[in-house]
Amino acid sequence: MSHTDPLQPPHANGDETTELLSARGIRKSFGDNVVLQGIDFGVRRGEVVTLIGPSGSGKTTVLRSLNGLETPDAGTLEFDGGPAIDFARPVPPKQRLAMRDRSAMVFQQHNLFPHRTVLENVIEGPVRVQRVPKARAVAEAEALLERVGLAEKRDAYPHELSGGQQQRVGIVRALALKPDLLLFDEPTSALDPELVGEVLHVIKELADEGWTMVVVTHELSFARQAADEVLFMDGGVIVERGAPADIFTNPREERTRRFLDRILRPLD
Amino acid sequence: MSEGWQLFLESFWPIVLGGLTGTIPLALASFAIGLVIALGIALMRLSGNRVVSGIARFYVSVIRGTPLLVQLFVIFYGLPSLGLVIDPWPSAIIAFSLNVGGYGAEIIRAAILSVPKGQWEAGYTIGMSRGTTLRRVILPQAARVSVPPLSNTFISLVKDTSLASLILVTELFRVAQQIAAFSQEFMLLYLEAALIYWLFCLVLSSGQGMIEKRLDRYVAH
Repeated sequence: MSHTDPLQPPHANGDETTELLSARGIRKSFGDNVVLQGIDFGVRRGEVVTLIGPSGSGKTTVLRSLNGLETPDAGTLEFDGGPAIDFARPVPPKQRLAMRDRSAMVFQQHNLFPHRTVLENVIEGPVRVQRVPKARAVAEAEALLERVGLAEKRDAYPHELSGGQQQRVGIVRALALKPDLLLFDEPTSALDPELVGEVLHVIKELADEGWTMVVVTHELSFARQAADEVLFMDGGVIVERGAPADIFTNPREERTRRFLDRILRPLD
Repeated sequence: MSEGWQLFLESFWPIVLGGLTGTIPLALASFAIGLVIALGIALMRLSGNRVVSGIARFYVSVIRGTPLLVQLFVIFYGLPSLGLVIDPWPSAIIAFSLNVGGYGAEIIRAAILSVPKGQWEAGYTIGMSRGTTLRRVILPQAARVSVPPLSNTFISLVKDTSLASLILVTELFRVAQQIAAFSQEFMLLYLEAALIYWLFCLVLSSGQGMIEKRLDRYVAH
C-alpha cells in the first residue's frame, strides 16, 4: 500500500499479466455441510472477476476466505509478494492481518458503523489501523466522497442516508484503505430496485479505472458488462469459467444453462 | 407549627446531608468500580476458553445467588476472624462493587451480544484486531443498549446502600435512625428517609433520560 493518490487504483508497478492473487484447492465445511470442495482460481492485476451461482453455492464463502473472515480447512492462498498461506495448518494471526491488509470488503448489508458519521466511518481504518495522519486521511476521504457524489453527507450518520448512499459510503470506506484488491459481497442484493443502479454505476467506474476486484453478484447485466472473467459456482465447485460473452451466450455446462435460464427467463 | 412538622423540617437537612456525604459517594464509587469488574467478567464470559468463562459464570452465580446483606456481613464481620479487618467504608465499597460486578456483567454481556455480527466483521475487514474492534466498534454500540438496565442497577444500588448502616457507615438511613432513636418518632423519621431516597432517585432517573438522549443521536427512530 504505497501509492498516494486515493482516487487511483494501486497497480503502479503495472504488470497486468502477473497474478495478484492465487487460490488453490480451497476447501471448507461447516460441520457436516461441505461448502467448498476444492476451489482454484487466480486474479490478475486490474482484472474484474465475478462469481455467480445459486444461493448456497459457496460463492460468498470464497469471497470471505480471501479476506480472512472465513478460514478454509485446506488449500493455499497467495498474494503476490507475500508468503503462501497454507490453510491445512493454523494461520498465524500476523499472516491473517497481512492478508486482510491486501484487500477490503464491501458487504451486502453495508455494515457501516452506526455510531460514527460518514467521514468517521471512512477514516477509521486509515487513522486507527494504518496510522495515516488525520489531516491527510480526512482530505483523502473527502476526495473519495466527492467522487461518489456524497461530499455534502460527510457529517451525516448512516441512518440518515438512503440504502444506495449507505452502500456508496461502504465502497468509499473500502477504497480509503487503498487495498490491492476490492471484494464485493452481493453489494446490491439488499437494496430497493431503484437504488441498484447508482451503486453498480460506481463499481463499474472503479472497474473501468483498473481496480482489481472480485464481485459476488446476482446482477448478471453487471457481470456481462464489467467482468473480465465470470466464474459460475454450484454445489461448492466452480462449474464453468470464462469471458462473459462465452458464459452468457454459449454456456458449455448444463448446470450453467439452467441457472441462466432461471434468472433471465424466470416465467418460462 | 406542630412539633412533628418542626422535627421533620429540622431533621430534613441532616438526613439529606447523610445522603450527599454517605449514600451518593458510596453508590458512585461502588458503581464505578463495579462497572470495571462487570466489563471484565462479561468479557471472560464471552471468552472461547472454557476455564475462563467458567470462572466468570461461577462468580456471577455466587453474587446473584447470595443476599447482599450476607456478602456485606462476611466482609465486615466475617473476615476479621481470619485476621483481616477492613474499615466500614472500604468494606461497603468492596461488597457493593462486587455485587454490581455480578449483575452488571450479565447486562454488558447481553449488550455486546446484541451488536450484529457484521459490525465485528466490518472492524476486522478494515484491519482492526479483536480488541480494537471491541473498543472502537462494539462497546460504543453496546453502551447505548445497556444504559437503561445499568441505570436500574444504579438506582437499586443507591437504595441498597442503606444496608451499609448495619456495618456502621454513616449514610442517609443511619442518620435517620439516629434521629429516630433520639426523638422516638419512628414513623415520621422513616417516612422522611423514604421520601428523601425517592427524591434522590427522581433526580437520578432524569439523569438517565439525558444520557439516553445523548446516545440516541445516531439511532434511527
